[in-house]
Amino acid sequence: MSNFIFGRYLPLNSVVHRLDPRAKLLLSFCYIGLVFMANNLVSYLIIIAFTLGSILASKISLGFFLKGIRPLIWLIVFTVVLQLLFSPVGGHVYFHWAFVNITQFGLVNSGYIFIRFLLIIMMSTLLTLSTQPLDIATGLASLMKPLRWVRVPVDTLAMMLSIALRFVPTLMDEANKIMNAQRARGVDFGEGGLLKQAKSLIPLMVPLFMSAFNRAEDLSTAMEARGYQDSEHRSQYRILTWQRRDTITWIIFVVAFAAILATRRW
Amino acid sequence: MENIIEVKHLTYRYQADDPRPALNDVSFTVHAGEWLAIVGHNGSGKSTLAKSLDGLLPFTTGEITVGGIQLTPETVWQVREKIGMIFQNPDNQFVGATVEDDVAFGLENRQMPRTEMLPRVKAAIARVGMSEFAQREPSSLSGGQKQRVALAGIVAIAPDVLILDEATSMLDPQGRREMLALVRELRQTQHLTVISITHDIDEATIADRVLVIDDGQLVDEAAPATIFAQGERLVELGLDLPFTEKLKAALRQRGIEPPADYQGAAEMEEWLWQSLSNT
Repeated sequence: MSNFIFGRYLPLNSVVHRLDPRAKLLLSFCYIGLVFMANNLVSYLIIIAFTLGSILASKISLGFFLKGIRPLIWLIVFTVVLQLLFSPVGGHVYFHWAFVNITQFGLVNSGYIFIRFLLIIMMSTLLTLSTQPLDIATGLASLMKPLRWVRVPVDTLAMMLSIALRFVPTLMDEANKIMNAQRARGVDFGEGGLLKQAKSLIPLMVPLFMSAFNRAEDLSTAMEARGYQDSEHRSQYRILTWQRRDTITWIIFVVAFAAILATRRW
Repeated sequence: MENIIEVKHLTYRYQADDPRPALNDVSFTVHAGEWLAIVGHNGSGKSTLAKSLDGLLPFTTGEITVGGIQLTPETVWQVREKIGMIFQNPDNQFVGATVEDDVAFGLENRQMPRTEMLPRVKAAIARVGMSEFAQREPSSLSGGQKQRVALAGIVAIAPDVLILDEATSMLDPQGRREMLALVRELRQTQHLTVISITHDIDEATIADRVLVIDDGQLVDEAAPATIFAQGERLVELGLDLPFTEKLKAALRQRGIEPPADYQGAAEMEEWLWQSLSNT
């Protein structure tokens, strides 16, 4: 788990870290759309420049991103090779055997796909590396607000998300403790065949479930005792403020977006 | 002195047909500003009593009045405004994602505007000495620190009554001492009435008055000195003895006759010095 970079938070003090999480979340969503808009060399150069610029601004070393890509490398290679071997005929044909064609068209396309993968992974890694999980939750809750109009219980969802996030480390500790306690009593975790391994998880899962129920019970009592009636009739302590750097970032993004639309081959 | 809580003939059954109710015809009053300790062995009904006072458990028969308001399903939220509770498990009552979010939780529920909340949360955190931890997440705090945050949440809403439902039972001795010292200090500055529910005898010795509860019934009610002088009877009720009483029992076994009435550590020390220098 320790060398799994994707989805972790790296505390640093940079412009990217200080951005409003809403700005960053929205930006990441739009960025993915942007990546699929680019379809020629110039538009790709623009988007690569934008991505590298964001990474430099975050002060996170490029090595971290490369590590983030490592677990996904086989998926990327598989897709790229598939695209390379089985693309439709177009442009110059370099190699032809049975239904395998390596064409100029296929070569260029698989190159594009490779870059797309890289860029999307890098950007989403940047989002999670530079934003605290708590801020992501607050940002998501705030972005979900328009859904109130279609009667989605946004405040309740936000409360659930925040409690779930807060209990992740607590439950991880608990799971570790139970595992060690069961090991001390002779349970072997992660050994033997698939069936045996699955069976050995029962002495971990059942106590964990039980304790989660107990925690839920205690927590709901404590919340009630502190005056929690329902999530709609509450004021908010933690609020997000949109600042000038958020607007500036978005202006840069919109300019890049326009440039890509302009240079794109329609 | 004015009575802030009055309990009359309270009976509670977890199941309607339970022959042995968890609370059986309990009646007592709590004076404004006093520190009341409720002691009893495990399963004697202490926690049930605490939760009944806050309306967290709907009791079967009886009557509870808090600050002049009778506890009914309609008034339960009004009553909860007046009572702050701290529970046993520090982890399971930490609602907020960080210390300041947790302290603000009670204020958010009271729909306090944010501008008012900010200084109040800050002051409450400073009051319990957790200022440098304001941004910390619960997973990086010790049990004692989490309970202090829970206390800060109480300070922020400033209730009339504070109920400690075995709030120190999962802490180490140092965390327990710090927590109790803090409660004592808050009680003086904030004019709190404290009800501490505990099976820790040393915690009960600092109270003004002690209620002893056994099998859902109130069996005794007196000042700590009177209760703890009863030695043998406490053991029969499944309770532990305070340290000085244990020392006296050990002395009696060795043929030394200490005074019969209860003494704190300092008084006991004084008596030992005197009897030694007389011989």
